[in-house]
Amino acid sequence: MNKTVKNADEAIGDIKNNMTIMLGGFGLCGIPENCINALVKKGVTGLTCISNNAGVDDFGIGLMLQTRQVKKMISSYVGENAEFERQLLSGELEVELIPQGTLATRCLASGYGMPAIFTPAGVGTEIAIGKESRKFLVDGVEKEFLMEMAFDADFAIVKAWKGDTQGNLIYRETARNFNPMMAMAGKITIAEVEELVPAGELDPDHIHTPGIYVHRIFQGVNYEKRIEQLTVRKK
Amino acid sequence: MLDKIGIAKRIAKEIKDGYYVNLGIGIPTLVANYIPKGMNVVLQSENGLLGMGPFPFEGEEDSDLINAGKQTITTVPGSAFFDSAMSFGMIRARKVDLTILGAMEVSDNGDIANWKIPGKMVKGMGGAMDLVASAKNIIVAMQHVNKAGESKLLTKCSLPLTGVGCVKKIVTELAVIDVTPHGFRLLERAPGISVQEIENATEGRLIIEGDIPEMIID
Repeated sequence: MNKTVKNADEAIGDIKNNMTIMLGGFGLCGIPENCINALVKKGVTGLTCISNNAGVDDFGIGLMLQTRQVKKMISSYVGENAEFERQLLSGELEVELIPQGTLATRCLASGYGMPAIFTPAGVGTEIAIGKESRKFLVDGVEKEFLMEMAFDADFAIVKAWKGDTQGNLIYRETARNFNPMMAMAGKITIAEVEELVPAGELDPDHIHTPGIYVHRIFQGVNYEKRIEQLTVRKK
Repeated sequence: MLDKIGIAKRIAKEIKDGYYVNLGIGIPTLVANYIPKGMNVVLQSENGLLGMGPFPFEGEEDSDLINAGKQTITTVPGSAFFDSAMSFGMIRARKVDLTILGAMEVSDNGDIANWKIPGKMVKGMGGAMDLVASAKNIIVAMQHVNKAGESKLLTKCSLPLTGVGCVKKIVTELAVIDVTPHGFRLLERAPGISVQEIENATEGRLIIEGDIPEMIID
């Protein structure tokens, strides 16, 4: 089953205005750079973006904020982005902040075919307002959990290190982050990879995301892989 | 009075051999530098790594290898990568022994506020709500008073909460304090700081029993 498409433009060609899309990555690490650039070029607007972060002013999802393509961000942390702050304060941008583990697990629930999860994150805080909760015994003690719903996304766009023509994916180091469960959670999942190989070249024991979850795959170009906080020590 | 490094050094004394530890951004990150030599401790970074090492040498940084503060890092022998769902799975399942994080306010029943100041910029809670809701042991590294001189150790938090009844211990520039069912309990004073000074800087209930020793840092 060959899932290969030519490039990012073809992969995102049918993403329409007002759709909900998931984008993998943590900070600028493991983000689908090619598809973000293609979305900016295509100019689709009114997007709801589910992504842990919102990039920086001139890179990642920040590029789509500059062009006002995002109607709503669903994220856990959105610091380091002045344009984001401006749009949030002026009311141009809707933002739903949710705990990082809740974000990850709501993606996982989608990919596992479960409608909801129960998590203790946010109990007793403002994010619990209006949510169903339930008490369970944990180590013999009653503890409250919030019910959080699986995500429903039109597209998931992820970035992997290597992939094959069947859509099997392998991630590298901490660039894995949200990519595997977002890959499982899209109605249509697009994977861009640094290296695309013919089916059979990747060791089946080393696959992180089985190709069944991936609908389109292509080898990306010109990866910048920008570092957000360069911290080093002297030799 | 302790500086940031002093707070980090004092917190490092709470770490035990064999611990899996999650360090938050800021002072907690510094704690890694003061874990006693020879102690076998594994640092968890919630973006998907067990076995976080020091910053890379100049020129050896890898954009695929960062910590939860988005800083370039390294791994140590025996490390493992995983995805964000598993990362918060091990946190939720209480596999992580100790969580060290910063706070804007803590109340004397262990509530913590550290993610939002209404009317000002909201950057988000990141993983903090997940961590505080599940951690077995939470130590907060913070300043005792804010820039306006107001106590950050309160009867009740004024800022939106990150979690309720979860903080176990607080280390500030002035004191080491346990959070008990009856309020804050003063355990140690920072070098040169009197019990009276700590009382004055603490708005929440503060239990002072017997002689309060000065902390030993080095």
